[in-house]
Amino acid sequence: MELDLANITLEERRELERNVILGTVEQLKGWVRSNSLWPLTFGLACCAIEMMAAGAPHYDLDRFGVMFRASPRQADVMIVSGTVTKKMAPLLRQLYEQMPEPKWVIAMGSCATAGGPYVRSYSVVKGVDQIVPVDVYIPGCPPNPAALIYGINKLQEKIRYEAKTGKRVTDG
Amino acid sequence: MSEEQKQNGAGPAEGETKAEAAPEGAKAQVPPAKTEGAPQSGEAPQAPPQPAEAPQQPAAPQPGVEPKQTSGAAPQPAAETQTAAGASQPAAQQPAAAEKRPLTDEEKEARRQAALAARAAKLAAQGGAAAGAAAGAAAGGRAAARGAAAAGGEGSEEPPKPSPNQPKLDRAVQLLKELVAEDAVEEASLNPFNDDMPTLVIRGEHWPKAAETLRDHPEFGFRYLRNVAGVDHETHMEVVYHLLNMDSGDTYCVKVRTNRDNPSVPSVVSVWKTADWQEREIYDLLGIAFPGHPDLRRIMLPDDWVGHPLRKDYVPLDPEV
Repeated sequence: MELDLANITLEERRELERNVILGTVEQLKGWVRSNSLWPLTFGLACCAIEMMAAGAPHYDLDRFGVMFRASPRQADVMIVSGTVTKKMAPLLRQLYEQMPEPKWVIAMGSCATAGGPYVRSYSVVKGVDQIVPVDVYIPGCPPNPAALIYGINKLQEKIRYEAKTGKRVTDG
Repeated sequence: MSEEQKQNGAGPAEGETKAEAAPEGAKAQVPPAKTEGAPQSGEAPQAPPQPAEAPQQPAAPQPGVEPKQTSGAAPQPAAETQTAAGASQPAAQQPAAAEKRPLTDEEKEARRQAALAARAAKLAAQGGAAAGAAAGAAAGGRAAARGAAAAGGEGSEEPPKPSPNQPKLDRAVQLLKELVAEDAVEEASLNPFNDDMPTLVIRGEHWPKAAETLRDHPEFGFRYLRNVAGVDHETHMEVVYHLLNMDSGDTYCVKVRTNRDNPSVPSVVSVWKTADWQEREIYDLLGIAFPGHPDLRRIMLPDDWVGHPLRKDYVPLDPEV
């Protein structure tokens, strides 16, 4: 089917303007990826309870295409929900490395962000960003499921923004 | 009164006694109100006791209040009982059941007032103790407070009864001395903060044999090891065992002391299997060695960890904190 864009009627032109969206493949990928973020089922402490609540019907993360996967090989987001101890740190790093690219990390709660109440402890990592690059930090102890959803929305925004502009929001 | 107190420098106590005198006055007025409100049918016969009561009660608390201000806590319970007795009198004088029902509100109010006064009295007693402590600064606050408390409870003070666990403790010491070694028991005491739990301090070199005796001897029968804990006392290390006899419900505490530089306590895994991980934990966090343990390695911290973090001299190596 041929279409001569030079000689189209006004009706055809308006029809085209309504139905054709122009963009880059990167933007398309960002759009798709941001709407099917599959986090790793990875609970570390009390934040995991809130994360589970966020996934349950009342808050229903499925609405955003967020579905928890039980394997790092199927996941593209790691929600670090809880206290990361020094003993857990190498395992967390290993799980992160098992995830396929592109991948993102959400540090949920004050423990994952900066050690939280355990900041003076001998056994706790003072922020998961010392081990893996973090995209979104969610404050709270623990954050409300709504706060987690907000963080996920922020991550979606970030993915789309980076795809659109080609800029990196963080060094990541 | 208050001037005297100011001279004595007992400022806060003064404020409290004043505040406390007010509810007492209020309380003194309540019982007459009660007697007034109560009689629906027979006001005339009850009128006489009521004025007789009314002067009594303001009179009763006042002598109570005065000595209270001078000498702190001691006379207060007396004042309390006086007024309480006064409050109960009118109720006793109205035995008719029908009259009691409409009384309940007033009764409640009277009780509330009594409770308020009691609370205020307690507060004042504490204030008095605190003032005493401040005055006797050299003696040390605790001793002064204790003295004041003793003064307050003089009437009810009795010599402490010997604990029912005392014979158990004596028997345990005797048995261990007979069956294990003459010097096996270093110390023996009852722990008053833990229901007089018999507490034995046993010498390390005799501990395995003592443990077996504690488990197997029919008079002990501690087949269950509830908990093992390690303590760093800075002068020495200590391992604390809580033993339970599941038939009699007896709980004993056994402590084994060891030096701090090269701490070592014989393992009791062969006696109580459950000691395995507990001893590993103590080794992990305090660095106490348990010779005889089948698999003594770290249990909670990473295997390559340096140091034992629950030791008092441990310095956490986190430069960012």
